[in-house]
Amino acid sequence: MTNKINWEFPQALEDEAIYILRETAAQFEKPVLLFSGGKDSITLVRLAQKAFYPGKIPFPLLHVDTGHNFPETIEFRDWLVNTLGLDIIVRNVQDSIDQGKVQEETGKYASRNALQTVTLLDAIEEGKFDACIGGARRDEEKARAKERIFSVRDEFGQWNAKMQRPELFDILNGKINIGENVRVFPISNWTELDVWNYIRREQLEIPSIYFAHEREIIERDGLYWPFSSYLNTTADEVPFRQKVRFRTVGDMTCTAAVISEADKLEDIIAEIMEAKISERGARIDDKRSEAAMEKRKQAGYF
Amino acid sequence: MEVLRIATSGSVDDGKSTLIGRLLYDTNSIPQDKMEALHAASKRKGLDFTDLSLLTDGLVAEREQGITIDVAHIYFSTPTRKYIIADTPGHIEYTRNMVTGASNAQVSLILIDARRGIVEQTYRHFFIANLLRIPYLVVCVNKMDLVDYSEARFNQIREDFQQLLDTASFKAQEVKFIPVSSLYGENVATRTNTIPWYQGDTLLEYLEQITFDQEDSRHPARFPIQSVIRPRTNAYHDFRGFAGKVSSGQFQVGDEVISLPSGQKSNIKTIEQFEKQLTAAHARESVVITLEDEIDSSRGNMLVKPEQAPELRKELTANICWMDQQLLTAGKTYLLQHNINRVKAKVQQINFVTDVTNHTRTTDKTSMGLNDIGNITIRTAQPVFADSYHENPANGAFILIDEFNNTTVAVGFII
Repeated sequence: MTNKINWEFPQALEDEAIYILRETAAQFEKPVLLFSGGKDSITLVRLAQKAFYPGKIPFPLLHVDTGHNFPETIEFRDWLVNTLGLDIIVRNVQDSIDQGKVQEETGKYASRNALQTVTLLDAIEEGKFDACIGGARRDEEKARAKERIFSVRDEFGQWNAKMQRPELFDILNGKINIGENVRVFPISNWTELDVWNYIRREQLEIPSIYFAHEREIIERDGLYWPFSSYLNTTADEVPFRQKVRFRTVGDMTCTAAVISEADKLEDIIAEIMEAKISERGARIDDKRSEAAMEKRKQAGYF
Repeated sequence: MEVLRIATSGSVDDGKSTLIGRLLYDTNSIPQDKMEALHAASKRKGLDFTDLSLLTDGLVAEREQGITIDVAHIYFSTPTRKYIIADTPGHIEYTRNMVTGASNAQVSLILIDARRGIVEQTYRHFFIANLLRIPYLVVCVNKMDLVDYSEARFNQIREDFQQLLDTASFKAQEVKFIPVSSLYGENVATRTNTIPWYQGDTLLEYLEQITFDQEDSRHPARFPIQSVIRPRTNAYHDFRGFAGKVSSGQFQVGDEVISLPSGQKSNIKTIEQFEKQLTAAHARESVVITLEDEIDSSRGNMLVKPEQAPELRKELTANICWMDQQLLTAGKTYLLQHNINRVKAKVQQINFVTDVTNHTRTTDKTSMGLNDIGNITIRTAQPVFADSYHENPANGAFILIDEFNNTTVAVGFII
């Protein structure tokens, strides 16, 4: 009954997000915007641009580069930062590995997804960031559905899901104790469709891998994995060329492709509306267990 | 597109999560992979049906115990509008999470188990929906299948509930009763012939019809200043704009405004939204306002219209819900945050604590505990520019923050 597409973006969501970003800039000494190069963090950059216009965005971006990103994402990141004149801090998971703080996973499912938490927490400590703005949405995953807008983390970055602060109306309490920091989620109440409709309305540029393109993939566990030098493959996993696109942008080792011909925003939106698979259904990192996200959040993942 | 926010509440095992699961299922909002995960999880639990409640209980501790501990936010949309459901806990010890979820809702959805009727938690939920002055209340009498779809049973519960309504402080709440079976999806999104004596709307039909009155826009104009935007670039050398979100009412270019607390007057020169110039700003819109004159205004100040300025108050009487393990003690100081404005405050007196079941008031209390609801008098170090919650909810609530551990310990509704 609901398969009719609603192209209209609910304006109330933008007003709410801008209000949250302004509160973040005002209540914290050193906020930072966690930027992954995905559509949600691109949306955040746009919102921040609007929130402080005609002034500059009053906080830097932080990108935790796993070294396993799609090259298209990195290219896009650099283009965006240059075009908008943004400040960006890049920290590398490779450095955490070299420092012996984390160990590279092995085997065919090896990914750096879990490793980036350590690099992120180190970067937060180094930069003395007291607020980290993230593009997580409550509709993505059921542990994220429980998250507050201002979500307090202890000095180990841990999320205590059972003892969250009450959050009333739109009154945001950003007061924290020394060592704690807050994760801020301005687009908590947006759905995947809202984000796409917003990108369409604002005519935002996004990395090319969101659009259908031909690439080498392998099939594993019923999912299409992008073939790259980072992926450990077995002898019977033979790459083949296929027209695909990506619905979310994570690492090349934990983001599955969908077969698609959609090369325009409108086609992508239509495809999402009809899709039988949820957005994070193509996230291999979520498939490790039913509580995969909750466990990672407790450990400081964003 | 409009957004309708609903808060659901019910007591343990009322089938609240199942009802939400049903709404999602019947509006085709559950993707196939999530549905398959639900089948598998239900099977692991030894159930012979798909437990839709597993969709919302997102924490390990919740799934283990089969209860809701904290608010989950769930989203679906129809061609008419976008819905946000705050699925709140029913358990008494998580009342503060329930208030969190309900504070932004336009609709309160209370579930009652048809076999058990009104229970202690129903009183609590109704009391809170009333305290928050949520405009619409839907009472779903659930599990009708377990009482043989009895009309008499439904009517009995409705009569019992009427006694609650008679005690309500907020009489304008629109109340709707619907007999449902969320397990079988009866009267959730589809009508079935099992309840022929009920010819009214299904839950979804009713929700789809709810009209938004722009009540906030009719209230006095209030613009709390979040920050001052001063780019000091060549292009915007003299630009000085006040960034904020209109709490209530509306402002137009040319309007005379005064800044509180200084009382300085000016007129609105421009209302801006990024690169757009607007002629007016309405309730809940985030904008930047520039004024004709240079006046002294900064974060925490408020722009209002001279003819509808709020009183500057340094003493407030308020209903509060206490949300912390540590007791509220008369004489203690806290930080009071009203909108974005934070001031030091001292609790002068606990006037009474209310029993939410029978509405009796105990007046000789010297402290309030977790989840207590009562009435206090509080004095602030600087004036606050607040309205009464019943006259203008958007400018009539505050929170109390513990000065030592920084946590939010109470929500208050100004009398």
